[in-house]
Amino acid sequence: MAELVARTPCAGLLPIAGGGVRVTEVDPGPMTAIAPFRGKEKTLAGALKRAHGVGWPAPGQSEASGDLRILWFGHSHALLTGVAPKPTLANHAALTDQGDAWAVVQVEGAGTRDVLARLTPLDLRDGAFPVGACARSEVQHMQAAILRVAGDAYRVMVFRSMARTLVHDLQVAMRGVAARG
Amino acid sequence: MRIPCPICGSRDIREFDYMGHAQALDRPDPGAGAQAWDDYLHNRDNPAGPTRDLWFHGMGCGAWLVVERDTVSHEVTGATLARDVKGGAA
Amino acid sequence: MRLDKPGQIDRTQPLSFTFDGREYSGFAGDTLASALIASNVRVVGRSFKYHRPRGVFTAGSEEPNALVTIGQGAAAEPNLRATTSELCEGLVARSQNRWPSLDYDLLALNDLFAPFLGAGFYYKTFMWPAKLWERLYEPFIRRAAGLGALSGAPNADHYEKAYAHCDLLVIGAGPAGLMAALAAGRAGLDVILADEDVRTGGRLNAERIEVDGRPGADWAETVTDELRGMGNVRIMTRTTVTGAYDGGTYGALERLSPEVAARTGAPRECFWRIATRRAILAAGALERPVAFRNNDRPGVMMAGALRAYVNRWAVSPGKTVTVFGNTDDAHRTAADLLAAGVHVAALIDARPEAGTDLPVRFYAGAQVVNAHGRGGLEAISIATLSGIDKVQTDCLAMSGGWNPTLHLTCHMNGRPDWSPALAAFVSRDGAVPGLLTAGACRGDFSTHGCLAGGLAAAKAVLKDLGKRARATDLPVAEDAPYRISPLWAVPGKGRAWLDFQNDVTVKDVKLAATENYSSVEHMKRYTTQGMAPDQGKNSNVNALAVLADATGRGIPETGTTTYRPPYVPVPIAALGAGAQGAGFAPQRFTTSHDLSVEMGAPMVEAGLWYRPGWFPREGEKTWRQSCDREVGMVREAVGVCDVSTLGKIDVQGPDAPAFLDLLYTNMFSTLKVGRARYGLMLREDGHVMDDGTTARLGAHHYLMTTTTAAAGQVMKHMEFVHQCLAPQMDVSFISVTEQWAQFAVAGPKSRDLLNGILDDPVDGDSFPFMACGAVSVMGVAGRLFRISFSGEHAYEVAVPARYGDSLFRLLVDRAGELGGGAYGMEALNVLRIEKGFITHAEIHGRTTAFDIGMERMVSAKKDCIGKAMAARPGLSGPDREQLVGLVPTGAVKKLTAGAHLFDAGAEAVRKNDQGYITSAAFSPTLGHFMALGFLKDGRARHGEEIRMVDHVRQIEARCRVVDPVFFDPEGGRARG
Repeated sequence: MAELVARTPCAGLLPIAGGGVRVTEVDPGPMTAIAPFRGKEKTLAGALKRAHGVGWPAPGQSEASGDLRILWFGHSHALLTGVAPKPTLANHAALTDQGDAWAVVQVEGAGTRDVLARLTPLDLRDGAFPVGACARSEVQHMQAAILRVAGDAYRVMVFRSMARTLVHDLQVAMRGVAARG
Repeated sequence: MRIPCPICGSRDIREFDYMGHAQALDRPDPGAGAQAWDDYLHNRDNPAGPTRDLWFHGMGCGAWLVVERDTVSHEVTGATLARDVKGGAA
Repeated sequence: MRLDKPGQIDRTQPLSFTFDGREYSGFAGDTLASALIASNVRVVGRSFKYHRPRGVFTAGSEEPNALVTIGQGAAAEPNLRATTSELCEGLVARSQNRWPSLDYDLLALNDLFAPFLGAGFYYKTFMWPAKLWERLYEPFIRRAAGLGALSGAPNADHYEKAYAHCDLLVIGAGPAGLMAALAAGRAGLDVILADEDVRTGGRLNAERIEVDGRPGADWAETVTDELRGMGNVRIMTRTTVTGAYDGGTYGALERLSPEVAARTGAPRECFWRIATRRAILAAGALERPVAFRNNDRPGVMMAGALRAYVNRWAVSPGKTVTVFGNTDDAHRTAADLLAAGVHVAALIDARPEAGTDLPVRFYAGAQVVNAHGRGGLEAISIATLSGIDKVQTDCLAMSGGWNPTLHLTCHMNGRPDWSPALAAFVSRDGAVPGLLTAGACRGDFSTHGCLAGGLAAAKAVLKDLGKRARATDLPVAEDAPYRISPLWAVPGKGRAWLDFQNDVTVKDVKLAATENYSSVEHMKRYTTQGMAPDQGKNSNVNALAVLADATGRGIPETGTTTYRPPYVPVPIAALGAGAQGAGFAPQRFTTSHDLSVEMGAPMVEAGLWYRPGWFPREGEKTWRQSCDREVGMVREAVGVCDVSTLGKIDVQGPDAPAFLDLLYTNMFSTLKVGRARYGLMLREDGHVMDDGTTARLGAHHYLMTTTTAAAGQVMKHMEFVHQCLAPQMDVSFISVTEQWAQFAVAGPKSRDLLNGILDDPVDGDSFPFMACGAVSVMGVAGRLFRISFSGEHAYEVAVPARYGDSLFRLLVDRAGELGGGAYGMEALNVLRIEKGFITHAEIHGRTTAFDIGMERMVSAKKDCIGKAMAARPGLSGPDREQLVGLVPTGAVKKLTAGAHLFDAGAEAVRKNDQGYITSAAFSPTLGHFMALGFLKDGRARHGEEIRMVDHVRQIEARCRVVDPVFFDPEGGRARG
């Protein structure tokens, strides 16, 4: 019997490199949106700690434990990546599978911040956006999430359907940065 | 122009959508009558000076904000989550 | 001519370039202007209105005369200032506003007609007859006036936009800006230091001024090196801050150096949006011309610019130079010329008390009253107490004093104050929140004043931000007082220019005053003085001083016009950078995109999405053939269509049922788990916002669908309703549009097709009409909905998006085996019109639930958004245009969307309008055209013959009003 074949959002588009920057597709594993029920924020934080060893992320922050990460992802929700949520979390929060909704790329290298400065109005200076910071903002015209994973490495997420536009916009910005030398 | 989102911090205006005066928070009762509904939907003051209006941080955290600003100087003096304003009023 | 002194040019790097087709050469470090001066080119352009020959006038971005076109073909850029254009190898420049050539310009005749081309000549000359405007006046004005022209070809150059953030933006890197950046940088602030020049130093590069006992430019270089070494300071040269905006946001235009811009993929310019906590404006000052007869002759230029050419670029625009001014700057200019070995024929100081030790012919209390020489300056006339002296000279340096460059302080409606001591406007503190001024732009004209002002401003910022200042010594520099005796316009006959760029003379301003355009803003518009790129840089203060004089008021009472952004012209290409071609808007692709393209489907835009129009098969020559076949496939066998673009919103929480009841007109709290229901959503004003099916997946778990077009709007609306109206509700929701690839499988054989891929087959009992639930699709956890937008027995099957491509290929393949296949948007549209299903063509924002025949869906048992206002008088009743179906009955068989409806015998004019058609298509099922539309009291008029007139396409047809459901009105096919 035939079977369904999985395809990643950026299949055939990445990797690309230029201007001291390299862009690769990231498979973050399962991704689940977690939105606490009313008044359950505290018990959810406890349940998260017990189930996955991470707490509820403060606004603009993320927490990691091995391959598992929890990202602050909006005014009342977080995104758990790298692991399927333990069912106990459903007692405290709405869980929604987002594992196929996002294109996730890693942008890294010395010129990364210069490239991103051409795409997002976000303040990416060390003081405002240290390693571990996670923000929702726009990348060119797209709703996006940006996560700083290391000194010169950022993850950029846009909706899956816009993967091609993200790669295009990154490419244009990288060419401009590369040309300045 | 920048707006101090209570959740995300100071952000460029391009991340926000404007809706209008914060009066939109005060939805009348279903049976409040035509005048109340007309006022709620259509009638707005046009102040020269401080005002409060609703902005949606759609390109950011998704929160609706009540932004206090001055229509003369364009100064933005504060922003509060609409759900907190609403919660406080209730 | 090039002088025999070092200057800031690199003589080891000669560069060749052309101007108007002739070859010249210069050196690295030259601007186009300095290289032209070195090559003894005196005339560089023709003036805007009178086509007078003009020469280089300044050495900066305020240049009114030396506007040239650089580059060739599509890459040619007009109206660039030669004074700020860096010379590079192979540069091609052309003069502008001359025909056929710079030396021989036929339109110089305009100069003879000058009496007719004075202030307001547009208004006076081209009054009537009006019909001559298009054919005669406008082409004439376009030919006669104006500067460079665009190539008309698409611009292939790259432009960039970018964002920057800092604690302190220092605007201008002269002595004041450098000092401010140094103190702030040492104290640890994140500093951006921006300057429009290619190097830092400002006037220190143009003067023979010492700082701390060494040449000012050397001091600037040392400070710049220290700043470069700081990780917290970013120096942006070639960057003009163009505007001050709310909340500490500044716009800045960066020109890339010609070498960088020539590289593959390199931008030509980058528009920066800089967000900063504080700013220090250290933009310096601009020198004022003096108005006297023929002061626009090539060879007359600003004294400060002449010093820059002599000291920085080692060129002199003349062999025999004269200097005219009303401050000590005239003396400084003469001294610099003498030091460079240039002959100074006369020094004229308008101040009677002035004296000099310089070995030059000196006039005190005298004025230049005329400049002679048609193609370029040959002599000047000087009025002295004893009469007129004529002095031979090929270059006159003039200085009327300095205007602080306060433009940015006025960008947020700030008004400057008049300083009688400086005879200039100075900015008011606090005019732009968070911005301080320092140095010459504050009216501190000495080098010491600039250095001290920069340091003081930085300290004030540090204190304000709670940062500790580190010890920074104030360097020693000259602190000469500024002594000026105001001189705006030398009295006398003839035309004396105020605004060189817009060809406005003293006479024009006086004429404006005579004709009662005495407000400064009116005078500006009547004469065009200070308009356009000039933004009053050279001419403003002189013009309003002349106006003040003509109207018998003082300068403070006369006031100044408004300085607006941008400070220098910003190409639209830079403002809109990144938004060309594929960057215009995000392109959203479904998982079925690749196969659709492989199958030859034309992809059509639906919002940001791309969806297949139809899937052509061999032998099909028109889209209609493909569309008709696809409709038949769905009605007779099975069709497959990607519906992933519809918005899908996952709604969870104990209050999810109540929340949906508030959002929708109808009840969702009563919906059974495992069932879906059609829902209608209103705006608060009572009009329809959107519709779609919502499935109940669990007691507290729903999956809403929205239309493709309204997905974003509905999400925002839900956030509003929850956060702003009902924050007490315990509900959360999130878009899952992108999570699922969802395909409609429609037609009598849809269940056969599905059961071939579902791990557990479904039947009528387990999956009746409007059922929904989890299914396993070839081992993958998916969802199945038995809903129909075609009127057929149909399903929508969803799998996680990663499997979308694979599932779509499989479904299309299997559908083919069953006599079906993929169908596109055209067929989908025909299918839904046959069933009378609405889309945003019908719910276009002005229709109510009543209009579309769904008023019974507004539940009486509960409140909902829009319910109160939907009950307003006028939103229901026989006067409303109501949804109807239409079929052709006359000789013309075609119906068109957009056409209007009239009573059968009525004239097709607006007052007889009875409604309009929103959707129309040929129905292969019915064998004729059909349409949906809105008709006044339409539901009561079924059976009536009316008239359709499409005024745009010139189509008229008779048609009959029918029920909007054309096919299977009982709905048995979908239920069966």
